[in-house]
Amino acid sequence: MPRLSRRAFAASAFAAPGIAAAQPLAVPPGMLAQGGPVDVPYGQPAATEAGVKRRPRAGPGYAPLLGTAGSSLTPLGDLDGTITPNGLHFIRHHAGVPAIAPEQHRLVVHGLVDRPLVFTMDQLRRFPTVSRLHFLECSGNTPFYQQARIRPDWTVQDTHGLLSCAEWTGVRLADVLAEVGLKPGARWMLAEGADAAAMTRSIPVAKALDDAMLAWGQNGEALRPEQGYPLRLFLPGYEGNTSVKWLRRLKFAESPFMTREETSKYTGLMPDGTARQFNFTMEVKSVITRPSGGQSMGPPGFREITGLAWTGRGTIRRVEVSTDGGATWQDAALQEPVLSKCLTRFRLPWRWEGGPAVLLSRATDSTGDVQPTRDALVAETGPNFVYHCNAITAWRVAPSGEVTLAV
Amino acid sequence: MRYDLMLAGLLLAAPAAAQQGPLGLGTPASPAEIADWDIDASPDGAGLPPGRGSVAEGAVIYAARCAACHGPRGTEGAIAPALRLAGGIGSLATPRPVVTVGSYWPYATTLFDYTRRAMPFDAPQSLTPDQLYAVTAHVLHLNGLLPADAVLDAESLPRIRMPNRDGFRPVRGAE
Ligand code: HEC
Repeated sequence: MPRLSRRAFAASAFAAPGIAAAQPLAVPPGMLAQGGPVDVPYGQPAATEAGVKRRPRAGPGYAPLLGTAGSSLTPLGDLDGTITPNGLHFIRHHAGVPAIAPEQHRLVVHGLVDRPLVFTMDQLRRFPTVSRLHFLECSGNTPFYQQARIRPDWTVQDTHGLLSCAEWTGVRLADVLAEVGLKPGARWMLAEGADAAAMTRSIPVAKALDDAMLAWGQNGEALRPEQGYPLRLFLPGYEGNTSVKWLRRLKFAESPFMTREETSKYTGLMPDGTARQFNFTMEVKSVITRPSGGQSMGPPGFREITGLAWTGRGTIRRVEVSTDGGATWQDAALQEPVLSKCLTRFRLPWRWEGGPAVLLSRATDSTGDVQPTRDALVAETGPNFVYHCNAITAWRVAPSGEVTLAV
Repeated sequence: MRYDLMLAGLLLAAPAAAQQGPLGLGTPASPAEIADWDIDASPDGAGLPPGRGSVAEGAVIYAARCAACHGPRGTEGAIAPALRLAGGIGSLATPRPVVTVGSYWPYATTLFDYTRRAMPFDAPQSLTPDQLYAVTAHVLHLNGLLPADAVLDAESLPRIRMPNRDGFRPVRGAE
């Protein structure tokens, strides 16, 4: 091959119309000198990733009383895979994050039991341990019930950011309960946190004995303070509030305790004035994270559509994607492994021709439940239900490439 | 070998110690030890402490310790609509439901329990049982559910029938 001058090569290689001649790639400066130090005690993301961060949710008007927002959202649109880095796990609290010295922490288990016991963290760590990958979703994620409040500039962080997924390590609650011995009448468990809200929820004993965990580990390290350090309850598939953080007490009784968080809150008000209570399991749901609100498409051409699907009832069986507002649907590929009560990533190859598009995803779970449209959901629950919104989310792609929320 | 079978073998081999669970972990918790932690109160009155308080005493406590955030009459939502404690009875089936202790909460014991554990927001667990009965009585009075001369204690509080007592439907499969 005859040697070409760089300039001539560039001109011939990029002669296609519309493509500018490229400059020669500069040798990366990092190759010309020794790199930075590695003795960083706790590693941080690259400085240029500083925009990938939690953002507070515009929440109840009393946030200033807390000295902080009541909740903080995971930047789902910036993340890949299914695991949420610990520093980006969403936060919801009712009275701030307590500072707890683990050697001072105690868990009391009492009520309808044969042997009321108190456990130190050291004692809990002597139980057989278990690690499991599970999503955690706040019951109030995706505030779509009131049409007037939905804003087209919401990103997927705004709409779905009260959702995260981690590998949780701890002990099976069933093993701890074998130590205290449940009495026959014990049908409900009160879980109480050691925060200033003394957060409490009543949990059916069947769940406590099924897959409940007492967790101290999150993605290989200790729970973050805002995730309940040093100990939290973890109830796979249940609404996040029930996985009580900073767990200090479990009490067993015949009936639910009817705490404020299962009467005044976390109940769904229906149009007829009645309310659904003990609505624990998070229903089948999915959302496209790329392309999603606030992102822009760039030039037309190949794009992968990708997002997350999950269900508190088991595994994701199918995710369908539409690029035309629901007129036609295609099956997306599910990233293995597809785990129970865990996030599942889905993907669909797509060619964006530069015109308008409306992107939807619709998940089906192992029980056959199919994610509803917002209209169908609100027709069932009315607009004041507040919790458990698993509606299909629509992202509108403008010819300019700007993506906005179109629910 | 499966881990649970390994564990079962270990447990069979261990001498059966009376008064202990299968792994012998944890320390017995005496009632005295956990008394200050055992703060829940149930709809049947279980867990309510001894003590008593009147609507009138509660008015003084409410004005000093609650009104700044919840409003002088509890209907104002002084800081945010979600902090309304009174009013709205009969509004739940309307397009603009006003959800308060009086209109929505099924049990009066929940008001005692929640106030005891979490209120006042700026000083949780700072009220005595007598003060808790009193302020509970006053919030119920603000909702028109107790007369001005009422007194509450562990006997009378669970007997109060809240207007929305039958408004809740457990989701199928919750138990
Ligand atoms: C510094 C402000 C502040 C003070 C003072 C205060 N509260 Fe509250 N109260 C709050 C906040 C904030 C919430 C909501 C907390 C949450 O949602 O987790 C709340 C919630 C409540 C609720 C639950 C409301 C509902 O609809 O679920 C009750 C009942 C209550 N307070 C009673 C009281 C009583 C009684 C007092 C006085 C003894 C009191 N509060 C003092 C700020 C305050």
